[in-house]
Amino acid sequence: MDLDPRVPAGPIQDKWDKHRFELKLVNPANKRKYDIIVVGSGLAGASAAASLGELGYNVRCFCYQDSARRAHSIAAQGGINAAKNYPNDGDSIWRLFFDTVKGGDFRSREANVYRLAQLSGNIIDQCVAQGVPFAREYGGLLDNRSFGGAQVSRTFYARGQTGQQLLLGAYQALARQVGAGAVKMFPRTEMLDVVLVDGEARGIVVRDLVTGKVSSHAAHAVVLATGGYANAYFLSTNAKGCNVTATWRAHKRGAAFANPCFTQIHPTCIPPSGDYQSKLTLMSESLRNDGRIWVPKQRGDNRAANDIPEDERDYYLERLYPSFGNLTPRDIASRRAKEAVDEGRGVGPLANGVYLDFRDAISRLGRNVIEERYGNLFEMYERITGEDPYAVPMRIYPAPHYTMGGLWVDYNLMSTVPGLFVIGEANFSDHGANRLGASALMQGLADGYFILPYTVGDYLALTGPSKVDPEHSAFGGVEREVRERSERLLAVNGNRTVDTFHRELGNLMWERCGMSRDRKGLEQALGRIPALRDEFWQDVRVPGKGEDFNQSLEKAGRLADFLEFAELMCQDALDREESCGGHFREEYQTPEGEAQRDDERFAYVAAWEFKGVGCPPTLHKEPLTFEYVPLSQRSYK
Amino acid sequence: MDLILHVWRQASPAEKGRFVRYEAKDVSEHASFLEMLDIVNERLTERAEEPIAFEHDCREGICGSCGIVINGYAHGPQHGAATCQLHMRHFSDGDEIWIEPWRAKAFPVIKDLVVDRSAFDRIMQVGGFIAARTGSAPDANAIPVPKDKADLAMDAAACIGCGACVAACPNASAMLFVSAKVCHLGLLPQGQPERRERVLRMIGQMDAEGFGSCTNHAECQAACPKEISVDFIARLNRDLFGAALTAV
Repeated sequence: MDLDPRVPAGPIQDKWDKHRFELKLVNPANKRKYDIIVVGSGLAGASAAASLGELGYNVRCFCYQDSARRAHSIAAQGGINAAKNYPNDGDSIWRLFFDTVKGGDFRSREANVYRLAQLSGNIIDQCVAQGVPFAREYGGLLDNRSFGGAQVSRTFYARGQTGQQLLLGAYQALARQVGAGAVKMFPRTEMLDVVLVDGEARGIVVRDLVTGKVSSHAAHAVVLATGGYANAYFLSTNAKGCNVTATWRAHKRGAAFANPCFTQIHPTCIPPSGDYQSKLTLMSESLRNDGRIWVPKQRGDNRAANDIPEDERDYYLERLYPSFGNLTPRDIASRRAKEAVDEGRGVGPLANGVYLDFRDAISRLGRNVIEERYGNLFEMYERITGEDPYAVPMRIYPAPHYTMGGLWVDYNLMSTVPGLFVIGEANFSDHGANRLGASALMQGLADGYFILPYTVGDYLALTGPSKVDPEHSAFGGVEREVRERSERLLAVNGNRTVDTFHRELGNLMWERCGMSRDRKGLEQALGRIPALRDEFWQDVRVPGKGEDFNQSLEKAGRLADFLEFAELMCQDALDREESCGGHFREEYQTPEGEAQRDDERFAYVAAWEFKGVGCPPTLHKEPLTFEYVPLSQRSYK
Repeated sequence: MDLILHVWRQASPAEKGRFVRYEAKDVSEHASFLEMLDIVNERLTERAEEPIAFEHDCREGICGSCGIVINGYAHGPQHGAATCQLHMRHFSDGDEIWIEPWRAKAFPVIKDLVVDRSAFDRIMQVGGFIAARTGSAPDANAIPVPKDKADLAMDAAACIGCGACVAACPNASAMLFVSAKVCHLGLLPQGQPERRERVLRMIGQMDAEGFGSCTNHAECQAACPKEISVDFIARLNRDLFGAALTAV
């Protein structure tokens, strides 16, 4: 397997400029002779499809939702980072680059991260030109705020709906291209496989989610922008439909999957309230600016929060991290909350949360100030839990939120399958082992607006415009496999619903491959997953027909892939005998209980090659070198 | 709590739909409305019946996928919330609940509670954008936007495109949806060059899709999960009137 990242030579600040000059161009008159498929219409997919359409390519864009505007990027709240240095507080491309490499705990590729920081400013320019209504100061200029993991204010935001507004900007650009006939949109259409001809990606097989019809689409290049896989845990902050199917099927066709065990667990979510829970809701991280996190000192203390006296409360983050206190990074805050709950000190009816208490902030600043800062969040909390956070502390608990791992890509964002590009959360590239807040939106848009439109041209120029034939036998074969898979799922007609299996898998992954992992637990999971997968294929019940609108069948197909993928996540977690970022192995910690990296042995990207379901995958390593950001241990004491 | 549901079941666009009675027993008051439907669907699946098709995705009130008429109200009885944000504590033990899809000529039923809202996308495609080619933007701070204008544009831009406004309107008009986009873009300096063309084209497409006209019932505002104001419809009418009177 060729894992050459193809990073251009030369000083890091010149790499992208030099590379753009060296990339081959497609003659403007020839662009319409090339077909490009974009799967997914979130920030990365919509921005890529729109930009490619503007350039003159023939673009087809697919999404499973009923409209491109509903992709899950829409739910991002906080903001988007850019090294504009508008506040004049010392920000720069270099600083954003440093913060991102360090925040990722030194498990990302320096050259990619530098490029991301370079492009961050262009993104803001582009979005403002499209009419994204970012927050402004009274003078009419753009406002910035600070965000976790940074000491400068570089986050642009649109109230608590930044993801929504950025996505609508990209969606509108896409709509314009659809109206102009440059992009053809296929909503309610799910990609179920990628088709290779002579080793190169030449199309996809899709299922029309309304009619159930399976069909093929041929193209000169395929771009996957299909998001992350946090729904492997069943309960996550992802939308219900988010899935690993597109990237997993591509992996099975030869695309290496990189660092699948790097998952981000967000510390401030509302804890589950019962076994009917279908998803988890995130509460903005900004709440930690004024809320104090605590649990009772006594195990099993079931007094009401306000009846527990001050000296019987354990403000554990303030105790353990006096200098950062409640503002420790996401991975640390999450892990410490788990520790408290595991010790039997959890709070709430199910003893599954920790308190986030605003009592002191309200008495210090007044209720109106807190209301002004967090009013909408408090309202959202009350709506979901029925409790008034002005009167009783919020209950929070960590939840799966984002996945840093994804398909391996080179500097051109191309996977190990030629012609198959992967952008946004679906690739592994820029966040290492831990993503900083407000960086996901930045990466999705950098990939879609400013990187892929150049790099895909280079590939196409070398490939040539010879027509891709959807009648090629490769398509028929894959279509048949896809149909057979659906038929098999429908034919099992067992006793258990899809969701019961998904909950069981999710629970297993959360317990064994969640916030902290150890060898024993991972080995247990690796023993259990294949058995669960067999039970699924023997006992699942998928009602309805294949040639129909059938949501049970959709869920079953996605779960079948998660049941294969989960094994790879555990395998990767087991193999990485160190702790870094969101990957915390119990065996590898400092005496103070902090993550202990092993740069000697593990400063590499783990890129896995598929060898068959149930067969051990082959590990390939892309070594990571740090020329510009010196390796150091994170400390937040 | 125990509930009695009357759910609209319709196998396909061509077939006739009808209400079917289901008992939902032992539902937690902390469950969301969609989780209650999940529970009903799990039990239907166990009984080898086809589950109720309904649209949903983010389940936190922002993607705009969900949308059910509950006891005659689009998104149910709770103000300023999408169906997915409604919790069962707003209902009482023994309640009968009537559950229907959006009803509008321009939103044909696909199956059960799922409707086709692609008309909204087509309205957007004719003019719901600012033409700004990737790469051609000036520096973001080159055009200052007064804060009050930016805030008002954001109020309009908060629309999630769910279609509740259409479902709630006696005329099944899409004016609140269209006005939200026309005003979001038209309030900003970047949106001025296409302002006249935008409103004409979007309204033209709205009419072509079979949405009704606005006769000021303001039911849309009451149903909107993002509480978008009908003031934007007045602004749109001003733009439309101006555009219609201006020769190019």
